[in-house]
Amino acid sequence: MKISIQINEGPYQHQASDSAYQFAKAAIAKGHEIFRVFFYHDGVNNASRFTVPPQDDRNIVNQWAELDIKNAAGEPELVVCIAAALRRGMIDASEAGKNGIDGNNIHPAFRISGLGQLIEAGIQSERLVVFGD
Amino acid sequence: MLHTVNKSVFERNSLQSCLNTIDDSSVILLIEDGVISAAKHTKSALLADLAAAGRVFALQGDVEARGISSKLADNIKLVDYEGFVDLVVEHGTAVSWV
Repeated sequence: MKISIQINEGPYQHQASDSAYQFAKAAIAKGHEIFRVFFYHDGVNNASRFTVPPQDDRNIVNQWAELDIKNAAGEPELVVCIAAALRRGMIDASEAGKNGIDGNNIHPAFRISGLGQLIEAGIQSERLVVFGD
Repeated sequence: MLHTVNKSVFERNSLQSCLNTIDDSSVILLIEDGVISAAKHTKSALLADLAAAGRVFALQGDVEARGISSKLADNIKLVDYEGFVDLVVEHGTAVSWV
């Protein structure tokens, strides 16, 4: 079955991203397709490539990256809401260029896009499961 | 429909809101702090009728993490994450009460 996931909270403060990750991993293990994971609101903080947790703690960002969820064209389907991201200082190279900012922090396994991607995920998938707080 | 509840009844009233809303074919999955409602002597009486009908599930890892495995109310069914996936597949639209 084609399943999409929406995550509304960042890592380490809330359980939402951990729950969603365990759910996604189990769904893939059972042979389902994760069509897209959409990171919204504070959930955009799950996409920072600068995350460095202590060595004995899980790295939530890398866990998501290692699931390696991509579409047929090879683009990441870990999608970060652009409006939620930019206002929180989460930015990719393209947006950094447009906004005159000298750095970027979106992990390469993720991509920034618009809210339309969430709507499309809802239409294209047979299930949309929301994890928030 | 599948309704997930992730908050303790002592923190928010999302479980009560869910119970006020669901139809006769819906099932409830308690996750995260929502599993507190699956413990005896909390507010688990709210769920007694639904649980007796086999329509209340709780996520095993979250139950164990909160130390309430030995205090579960009657008829609560434990599932792991694969069971969570099965519930999503079997019950159609998933509603998250957050």
